[in-house]
Amino acid sequence: MRWLLDNPGQAWALTLEHLFLSIVPTVVGVALALVLGLVFGNRPRARAVITAVASAIFTIPSLALFVVIPSIIGTQILDPLNVVIALSLYATSLLVRTVFDALDAVAPEVLNAAEALGYSRARRRVFVDLPLAVAPLAAGTRVAAVTNVSLVSVGAVIGVGGLGQLFVAGYQRNYPDQILAGIIVILVLALVLDRLIAGAARVLTPWLHHGAAPGQAPGRRRPAIGRAKVATIPVQDTANREEPK
Amino acid sequence: MITFESVSKSYPGGTRAVTDLDLEIPTGSFTVLVGPSGCGKTTSMRMINRMVAPSSGCVRIDGQDVADIRAVTLRLGIGYVLQNAGLFPHRTVLDNVATVQRLLGLSKAQARSKAYEAMERVGLDASMATRYPAQLSGGQQQRVGVARALAADPPILLMDEPFSAVDPIVRLELQQEVQHLQSVIKKTIVMVTHDIDEALTLGDRIAVLAPGGVLHQYASPLEILTRPATEFVTSMVSKDRGFRQLSFATLEDVRATALPAPGADGLIELGALAPGWKLRLDPAELRAVWLDPSGVEFAAGPAVRRGDTVRSALDAVLASPVSAALLLNGDSVPSACVTIDDLAPYLRHGVRDPA
Repeated sequence: MRWLLDNPGQAWALTLEHLFLSIVPTVVGVALALVLGLVFGNRPRARAVITAVASAIFTIPSLALFVVIPSIIGTQILDPLNVVIALSLYATSLLVRTVFDALDAVAPEVLNAAEALGYSRARRRVFVDLPLAVAPLAAGTRVAAVTNVSLVSVGAVIGVGGLGQLFVAGYQRNYPDQILAGIIVILVLALVLDRLIAGAARVLTPWLHHGAAPGQAPGRRRPAIGRAKVATIPVQDTANREEPK
Repeated sequence: MITFESVSKSYPGGTRAVTDLDLEIPTGSFTVLVGPSGCGKTTSMRMINRMVAPSSGCVRIDGQDVADIRAVTLRLGIGYVLQNAGLFPHRTVLDNVATVQRLLGLSKAQARSKAYEAMERVGLDASMATRYPAQLSGGQQQRVGVARALAADPPILLMDEPFSAVDPIVRLELQQEVQHLQSVIKKTIVMVTHDIDEALTLGDRIAVLAPGGVLHQYASPLEILTRPATEFVTSMVSKDRGFRQLSFATLEDVRATALPAPGADGLIELGALAPGWKLRLDPAELRAVWLDPSGVEFAAGPAVRRGDTVRSALDAVLASPVSAALLLNGDSVPSACVTIDDLAPYLRHGVRDPA
């Protein structure tokens, strides 16, 4: 803890860098996964390819990816963009499956209803499928965000790693306090991001968090239109009685 | 008018869902497609709004082939009620009902005010507006489904087994409401059901379909009951067929039994009708009580009216301790009653050709 208290300026700068390097790829990942999911969600062949590619990407070690990317896209080896791109790929790979599954989980009768009422496919995707996919997508995004927060530190090995640089420096100088400081701040970041996404998801899905149980709420069904009031008087017309033919 | 012109639907592998269907559904009618599962009734209905395309033949609405109308445009003009309501779980009741208006391009405020009107029409309290579907009972959800289908005031309403997922009591209530609604709004309704009772109760035209989508009979409920065209139709309507037929006759011409004048104590001696029994009418409280010879009271059941069906009158007579139901002749105090003998002429001639 000493290191953290003695170097608040440096810790803060590294924290901001770390946040930037983990949040941007998460956002990119969500966006890309959504586009892929919404466009290819009901094309089985495209889906199979995307899923396979995503799984393959996810098995590539992060360090390898950090090193290989510059040679593919021509960036400098120390460019933070390498880390952003690599982590975006991971996040997309992780989330695209979630998006497929989330879209699959939308009840068929809801899709049926949307079609019957006159939704075009694109409109349905955006206004029906997407909102209904928010909750499972948010769960996946929490995993992706936390994964990114921890993966960013690996970037320190190539000089771009936010708080991960504390690990490298602390290890080289045999200064455990600095390493501990990195671990603490990274943990806090991961927790905060996780809670933020969970909170945002809650705000975006009010229908999952209503209070009243069915039948208990006020304003119950009104008497049917066209039915006579059921009174206690026996002399009464039968004009509106039930009458099966 | 919705017209099916030699419509067939077959699936790869040779399964036939609909076989050479010809059907004319008049504007303003309540037409029910009925049959067991696998008879192509839902498939046929979904051809009207192009959710299913026929393999051959065509479906026309007012002469125009639906295949020539853009699917989305077509569907926005046709209300649709689904079996399990199919509400959007992420939208409030109000916004569910406002769906079609929004799709038609109305502003949120306009669509919502129309939605309130539609909710009122189907008996949904305005306090429900802000709830989500998961907070509603099955019956309420189905009501919202009907409101949503009617909100944009489409001339055609399609209903796919709308009441089969709710409990019998709610089903009856919803059926009565739809019947009442239809008497007011006069839409062209096409409903699909596997329940012949529901079909006979609600429909004014009934199409009986057999597995493979073969139309066996397309006629009024009375004709279906009294002159089933094929063995298949007979087997569909066989249960309670005789009783049901009594629903098509009313008490208009029934020879009622006049009630004797009340005695000094205000009680009516029933005499030959039920020896020793008396009737006490209490017009002020709209009550009537049968008294047996020892003075034990039996509350009289609901009185019948001239417009009631013979079936409901028979039920009232059978439920009465003196085998008689009080008859209201357009006044508030019954002056006559209907007995089993009065109904006998209706019971005697049995199920016959109406012709």
